Amino acid sequence: MDRFTPLAAALGGLLIGLSASALLFLNGRIAGISGVLGGLLQPDEGGRGWRGMFLLGLAAGGFVLLVLHPGALEAAHSSGVGLPIVSGILVGVGTRLGRGCTSGHGVCGIARFSTRSIVATCVFMAAAILTVYVSRHLVGVGA
Amino acid sequence: MKAARGTVAFGAGLVFAIGLGVSGMTQPSKVLGFLDLAGSWDPSLAVVMASALAAHVLAYRWIRGRKAPLLDERFHLPIRKTVDAPLVAGAILFGVGWGLAGYCPGPALVSSAALSSGALIFTAAMIAGMVLYALLDRTPRSER
Repeated sequence: MDRFTPLAAALGGLLIGLSASALLFLNGRIAGISGVLGGLLQPDEGGRGWRGMFLLGLAAGGFVLLVLHPGALEAAHSSGVGLPIVSGILVGVGTRLGRGCTSGHGVCGIARFSTRSIVATCVFMAAAILTVYVSRHLVGVGA
Repeated sequence: MKAARGTVAFGAGLVFAIGLGVSGMTQPSKVLGFLDLAGSWDPSLAVVMASALAAHVLAYRWIRGRKAPLLDERFHLPIRKTVDAPLVAGAILFGVGWGLAGYCPGPALVSSAALSSGALIFTAAMIAGMVLYALLDRTPRSER
């Protein structure tokens, strides 16, 4: 529990919730990152413009963090390139197949009490917890 | 209208990224610290989600009573309602990848934009995975 940062977590979470609320109230869109990005790579109804702008905003936020709060960004851990490649492909395919990630299902979907999102969030949390247990405590690989 | 929507989207992305950074979720070590129940457990991620959910649940209760968003003709909400095999299979694949790297899509994009070396390879692979899925996906465009 020694690394627990409840105040920063609550404040950051509030900003995420406000962002998702503003996007829904004003644009009628879900702030699900994999959906925003995936829809840019694989067009669905409703255009690419806003997706590009949202992602530009995310990138701009990355620069703001780099300048004002560089501690928020973590340097690479020395795990080589194999692990990031495998895990990145799994996250890319999985979030598209499962129609959402931590933001789209975990925040936006659960807030709408969507059964699909509640199930998806329970499943990806359980899969991630099991993966960390196996990789860290049984096999000794992983980040 | 379109310019206004673009501005809103940019602002929402910016605030979202700063929220991720402030909350510590752009640090894989904190995410993995939450997922590692057998280690020195860090509950921060649960607080982030609870806080984001509290704000968004309240806002959604108010928003859903409206006929349309302020800047568009209708809400663009997911059409699927039933739990199906792709949902569960996708969530499993995503969970395994998330557990291996400590990055999910939002933090990966934000960290890559800041040229964080650990995130760049992951993000490139994630985009490749999404493109791969798009190439194989046979879902009609109207049902995506």
